[in-house]
Formats: sequence, C-alpha cells, structure tokens
Amino acid sequence: MGVAKYIKNEKDEVQEVILQSGIHIKPLYTQKDLEEIGFDPDKDLAPPGEYPFTRGIHPLGYRSREWTTRQYTGFGAPKETNERFKLMISHGQTGLNVAFDLPTQMGLDSDDPLAEGEVGRVGMAVDSLRDFEVAFQGIPLDRIGTGLTINAVASIMLAMFQATAEKYGFKKDRVSTTPQNDILKEMIGRGAWIFPVKPAVRLIGDTIEYSMKELPRTNPVSVCGYHIRESGCSPVQEIAYAFQIANTYIEEVLKRGHQIDDFVRGFTFNLNVFGNLWEQVAKFRAARKLWAINLKERYGAKESRSLLLRGIFGGGGYGMTKAQPENNIIRGAYYALAAALGGAQTTALCSFDEAYTIPTPRAALLSLRTFQILMEEIGLRDTVDPLAGSYFIETLTKQMEQKIIEEMKKIDEMGGMIKAVETGYVQKEVARQAYEFDKGVQKRELIKVGMNKYTEGEEMEVELHEYRQESVEEQIQRLREVKRERDNRKVVQLLKDLEKAARDEKNVMPYLLECCKAYATVGEMTKVFKEVYGEFKEPSIF
Amino acid sequence: MEKRIRILVAKPGLDGHDRGAKVVAQALRDAGMEVIYTGLHQTIDQITNTAIQEDVDVIGLSIMSGAHLPICEKLTKEMKKKKIDDIMVVVGGVIPKRDIPKLQKIGIEGIFPGGTPFDESIRWIKEHLRPQS
Repeated sequence: MGVAKYIKNEKDEVQEVILQSGIHIKPLYTQKDLEEIGFDPDKDLAPPGEYPFTRGIHPLGYRSREWTTRQYTGFGAPKETNERFKLMISHGQTGLNVAFDLPTQMGLDSDDPLAEGEVGRVGMAVDSLRDFEVAFQGIPLDRIGTGLTINAVASIMLAMFQATAEKYGFKKDRVSTTPQNDILKEMIGRGAWIFPVKPAVRLIGDTIEYSMKELPRTNPVSVCGYHIRESGCSPVQEIAYAFQIANTYIEEVLKRGHQIDDFVRGFTFNLNVFGNLWEQVAKFRAARKLWAINLKERYGAKESRSLLLRGIFGGGGYGMTKAQPENNIIRGAYYALAAALGGAQTTALCSFDEAYTIPTPRAALLSLRTFQILMEEIGLRDTVDPLAGSYFIETLTKQMEQKIIEEMKKIDEMGGMIKAVETGYVQKEVARQAYEFDKGVQKRELIKVGMNKYTEGEEMEVELHEYRQESVEEQIQRLREVKRERDNRKVVQLLKDLEKAARDEKNVMPYLLECCKAYATVGEMTKVFKEVYGEFKEPSIF
Repeated sequence: MEKRIRILVAKPGLDGHDRGAKVVAQALRDAGMEVIYTGLHQTIDQITNTAIQEDVDVIGLSIMSGAHLPICEKLTKEMKKKKIDDIMVVVGGVIPKRDIPKLQKIGIEGIFPGGTPFDESIRWIKEHLRPQS
C-alpha cells in the first residue's frame, strides 16, 4: 500500500501530510526551501550521465534507449512457460523474467515428497537442464536479456543458463542474464533461503567472481529492496537495507583480492514503486546519487560505469488490493509512471489479478500495454529527468538522501548486514512496521480506495489461472527419463567433485556447470551443498 | 479469570512470504492471546508436533502459494492420526472464494482470506472457542 497519512481539519482541509518515510510535506515549496536544505545544483545534480547521477545514468535518458519490459512469467511445466514467453515477446516485450516454482527455489526435485502440491504452482518447475532446454527453445538469448528470479540456488541456475545457451549455440560473451541472487533479502523478506548466512553469501561471491571472467554480459546480482519493502519497511529503509546488502556482497568479492572496478558494474537493483508518487520519484533520484557516492567514497571505485545504479523499478505488489481488483489496473499505471519518472532501466508490474492468481495472459498483456502507452503515447521519452529543478522534488530528494544515510549508519554500527540479519534486527524492524502499517489501514488512517473507502459496488469476478495436475505428472515423468538416459556414473563423480570444491572453498561455478551439462538435478546439487554448508536457522523475533 | 487462548501461527510448506503471518501474530498477541510462531518451511509433521508440545487451542495456517487445499487436507488427516483433531484450525492467505466450500468440507472452520480485518478474525476465534472451554 504505502500511502501517506493525511490529517484534516473539520472543514476537510488537509493540515498535515506525513510520508511513510516520516517526512512532512509542506503545502508550498519555494526557492527558500532549497536554500534551507543546502541544495547545491552543481554538487547535488550535475547533468544526467555525470556524477553523482541524481538525474540519471544516461545523458539522454529514454531518448537514447527505452526501458526494457520484463513481466514476471512462469508456471507449470517448461513448455507452458515457453509458450507464454513467446506470446509476450510477440506483443513487444523486450526481456524475460522467469518465475520458478517453490520446490525449484528451495532446491528440491519435483518428485521430492516435500514438493508435493507445489510443483509448477507459482512458477516453472526445473529439475535438470532438459527443462531449461524446453523453456528457452526458440528464444533469441543474444537479443533478449533474461531475469532469473532465483536466490538460494542461483549459482545452480546460472550454470544451467550457461549450459543452455551453449547448447543452443549462443556464445557465452553474447548472452545476458540477471539471476536475482540476493540471499540476504530472502532471509529478511521472501523466505526462500536454504543455507546459513555465511556460505550463502560465499556462493554469491562465487557467481560474481565467475561472471566477471566467464559471462561478461551477465549481471550476477540484483539486490532487492523490493521484497523488504513488500514485507513492510519504509521506502527509506528499502534503499538503506538494499545498499548495505550490496556492500556485504561487494566485501565478499573484495576479500578475494579483486578490484572494485572489475566487478561492481554487474550489480543491479530491484526496487519497488508503490506508495506516494513523489516519495517514490525522490527515492530513486536520491538512491542513484548515494550509490555513486557509496562506491566512490567507501570503496574507491574509479571508473564511471562502476558508479551507476541500474535497476528494475516495478512490481508494486503490496500496493495492489484484493478488493475491487480492476482498480489495480489504474494503480499499476501510476506505479509505472513513478518508475519512468524515477529513470528505471527495466520495468515490470504486478498484474491486476495477482492477489488472486498467476496472471492470466490478458492481465499480463495489460501490464505490458501500460508501459507501451507511457513510452509511446503520453511522452515519457520526451526529456530526461523531467522533474529536476522542482523546488519540491529537489527538497524531497535531499530529505530522502539524509534519511537513507541515517538508516545505513544504524546497520554499520551494528557491524554490518550479516550481523543485522543473523540477530534478526532487520526482520524485527520490518515486521513491526508491517503491523503498524496494516493497523493504519484497518483504522482508516491510511486510505486504500475500494478497500477501506468507497467499498460499495459489485464485486468483480477474476478469471483464475488453472493449475494443471497433468503437467506435474509430465514433469516427474521427464525427470525419471532424464535420470534413466544420462550417464549416472559420470553424474555421481561430478557431484563428488562438486562436494570437494565446496569443502575446499573453491569457486564452485565451473563444477556446477559440468554437473548441469551432465543432467545432474537441482535437488542433487542442492543436497551436496546442504551436506557441506548445513541449513539456515531463523532467529526468533517474537 | 478467563484462560488465555494459545495459538500456533504456522507457515506450512515451502512458501516464505511471512509478512501476513508475522502481522497476524502481533495482532493476536495484542488481543491477549499467547502466540507461538513456528517460523518458515514447516512440514505438517513438525506443525502437529509443535501443537502437541505447546498444548495449543488453535492452529492458524498462513498459506500464500495456492497450495492451501492439499496442505489442509494433509493437516487434518495428520491431526486425526495424532488424535488432536479437537484443536481448532483456521487458515489465512491467498484463498479464492471458490475454494472456501472445499476447505470447509476438509474441516477447516475459520477461513480468513487476505485483507480480513484483525478484529474480525480475532472475534471469530474467541466466539468459536468459547463453547468448548
């Protein structure tokens, strides 16, 4: 949701506007506000494409390059997912974003008893390379960038992706993929973790180190403020936590002796768009600037391209409501506007029916059309950072910046993000805010149209995505076939090699690649890691 | 004095979206109940064992993945087997309307789809527990 608090007097005049980040908005902004907050156009802004990049990472913004559209897609068996990919591409979608089912996210094969009832439900089931071959059949992997929404087993999926590209004849320096690969945010907000914090972070280090040398067009990590915000934190904390998570991964790679400028350009961010429009836009502008400063001052990055905050700004799931779902189409349009005004490189939207179901093709296309209308009809490509120089937006950007710095400091004082997650500090803070927020909505201090105000009217029936039991059986059948046809002796040996590499703390990526090519399963590879690393235990926060 | 209601808030299965579970846990506690939260990725066996150990009056499941029917079926079966089917079961999460009669048939009494006000589910639990205690 993420709306501001409005305090009105008896004449219905708005007396106070308090953003979720705690900033009070004034009724009028003038030059004086900029002076008071110490706004310096040279230091705070600079032209787009120049340090500190507040106004954008490209000199010409969307004039030179439109954003990439990348709806989150995946369900059932890989063949169904492949068909939906092709449908979206034929309608002008320019990137892919693969949704995996929960067993895959948790490193379980489709025939594992723990996977029962979940195979292919919230995403595509992947057991072995055979599934990726089907899912990406006929997709031009050298032209279409692919997001892989996978975290705990991202290293495995990255290897799987490379093996698939190789199989289809794409050169590894031509294919581009963005595995989400952000395990700390899973421990804070999304819950698809497997291994304990330290080895999990080490695996991320492996993927970054490996991509640097082997997969130059891959963005090995997409740091997600997104899900932490979905879980309840404020927009300020969303950025502060995301940056501190990113810093943790950076330090993991630095301690292996690499130079910051050699790898940090592969970092991207996944940030949320719901909430107060101005707060979102200011958030993105402040974030871009602070990321550049963080890289330059904390880590001594020298190359300009190391300093760029590139990201997918989108989603907006918690802003959407189950009540009066058509309203989400309108919300989505405004959220996409916030992303465009914030200078997103890539975007995606939760579809209007997602509180009910996996998006139907109609709902997914409506999201895509929303982006196309913004860029091709109403003028979001016209000029770069159109809100710059506004008394209000520049003041708010500075205020957000100050608050993000304060929030980052709290994590630093705690000894960094690994500590903050292991002790449960962040989880507790996020849960507390989520509760406060939901109470605010239920008491109608925060207004959600159609949910706690203007609730009358007919309820709309939402068409539900059908979960096909047959595709589960097909999936398990294919897994059995793969196990029958592959060279099992070779697989056993490769898994042993993988285990040794993990124990010796070598970079596991080359070993995973060999396992994938030999059709070892996700479950088999994960099992090796579980034996070596153990499993994460959630800190108790209640 | 009235005995405090003991409720186990549980996240069964593989889904890790626990915002709802954690928010509801806080609301139940503020309503005077004793709340035990299982944490994520719990099997039905683990949940029922915790329910026995903690001697709870209610098991509250939070399910967002769409797998509520198979999970609830498994749970009620296991509860019968362990002879704890006198414990009330309530479910919250992403529950489509059309599945409500199916859940009732499985034996789930309280069903609270996402967006149900805290007061409403708390009142429901208190009212429906009273006749037994």
